[in-house]
Amino acid sequence: MSVRHALLALLSEGPKYGLRLREEFEERTGEVWPLNIGQVYTTLQRLERDGLVESDGDGQDSPQKRFRITGDGEAELATWLRTPPEMSAPPRDELVIKVLVALRLPGTDVREVIQAHRRYLVELMQQWTRIKEDDAGRDLALGLAVDAELFRLDAVVRWLDAADGRIKRTAIEPFSPKRDDLPRLRRKTGVTR
Amino acid sequence: MSVLELRHVSKVYGQGAAEVHALRDVSLDVGQGSMVAVMGPSGSGKSTLLTIAGSLEVPTSGQVLVAGQDLATMSRNGKARLRRRSVGYVFQDFNLLPGLTAAENVALPLELDGAGTRRAREAGLRVLTDLGLAERASNYPDQLSGGERQRVAIARAVVGDRQLLLADEPSGALDSVNAEAVMRMIHAACRRGIAAVVVTHDAQLASWADRVVFIRDGCIVDQTTPAPGPESLLGQDR
Repeated sequence: MSVRHALLALLSEGPKYGLRLREEFEERTGEVWPLNIGQVYTTLQRLERDGLVESDGDGQDSPQKRFRITGDGEAELATWLRTPPEMSAPPRDELVIKVLVALRLPGTDVREVIQAHRRYLVELMQQWTRIKEDDAGRDLALGLAVDAELFRLDAVVRWLDAADGRIKRTAIEPFSPKRDDLPRLRRKTGVTR
Repeated sequence: MSVLELRHVSKVYGQGAAEVHALRDVSLDVGQGSMVAVMGPSGSGKSTLLTIAGSLEVPTSGQVLVAGQDLATMSRNGKARLRRRSVGYVFQDFNLLPGLTAAENVALPLELDGAGTRRAREAGLRVLTDLGLAERASNYPDQLSGGERQRVAIARAVVGDRQLLLADEPSGALDSVNAEAVMRMIHAACRRGIAAVVVTHDAQLASWADRVVFIRDGCIVDQTTPAPGPESLLGQDR
C-alpha cells in the first residue's frame, strides 16, 4: 500500500498532528502491512510540496506540526481509490516457472513437486485462519485483510489442483496443441520451450 | 485420546478388470478435540474414507476403531447404536426433515435413540443456543436460509454425547460468509471436545483444521505439520 495515499486517507478524516498521524498509521496498517515509519515524514513533505496537504506552523518539521488535506488532495485520493491496480500483464510467477521446469526435467515427479507447494500454501492458510479464529470477527479491517491473503493463496492452490488434474489427464491422453496459436501467448506468459 | 483410528484400511470395489481401489492402505488417527481435514480431488477416495469411518461401509482390509471399539467386532445393532449415539454426520445438502422444526430436527437423533421427547427437545434447544441459533428453533427448514439450514444440520450432528463428527463438503453449496460460519461452528464443537473429520476440496475450509491430510488415488500422500502461531505472519516486511 502506498504511504502517500494512506496518509491522505487519514487526513481526509480531519486535520492531524504529525505525531498523531504516525501513531494512527502504525495502528491501522502495522498489523498486516508493516511499513517504514521514517517514510511518514518524508512523504508528508512531498505531499505538501505537491499541494495535496497543507500545514500550519513555521515550516519547521516537528511532530507538533498540524496537517490538513487540500481539495486537490481529496481529488487525488478519490481517483486513487477507483483506479484498479495493474493486473493485466501476467507476472513472472516463480511457482509457475518451477512447475514448468519440473515438467521437463527427466526423473522428476511433477505431481510430487506440486504437492510440496500445495502443502506449504495450505500451512500458510492455516496460520492466517488462526488469526480470524482468535479475533472472532471483531476487527473488520483485520478480517478483510486476512480474507485477501486467504483468497490469494487459495487461488494459487486452485491453480496447483488444476495443474495436477491437467497433468494426470495428459498422461492418459497426450495433449497436442495447435502450434500456430501459441508463440505469442508463450512470449507473453514467459513460457519458453 | 484417539476417537477415530484407521489402520491400514483398503477398499476395493468390483472384481477383475473392473476392480477399483478406492482406498489403499490408509492410516489416520483423530484425537479428541481435534479437527482433521481431508483434501483431495474428486474420485480420490475422500468420501469412501468418511463412509468407512462412519461404519456405513466395511473396508476390504484393515481396521477401523471408533472410540476405541473395533467396528469389525461389533454386531449390526452395536454399530447402529454407535452411529446413533457417538457419530454425527453432515452432508453437503443438509438432509433436514422438512416437516419438523429446527429444534425437532436437532432432537430427532436422541428421540430415535429412545430418549423422552422432553429431554430430547431440551438437549436440542441447548445445542441450538450454544451455536447461536436459539431464535430459529421453531422455524421449519423452508423458513431458513441455506447457511442456517447447514448450521442446524451441524447442531443435529453434535447433539447429545457425540464424540465424532464426520462432514462431507459441509459448506460446498454455501457462499464464503456462510461457509466460514459453518467452519467456525465445527471448530467450536471441536474446542468443546468432539473430534471431527471434514472432507473437502476447498483449501479455505481445510485451513480451519488442526491438520490437513492430502489424499490422491486412494492414498494419503502428505499432511500438514502443526503450524507455528499466527505471530509469524505479522510484522514481516513484505
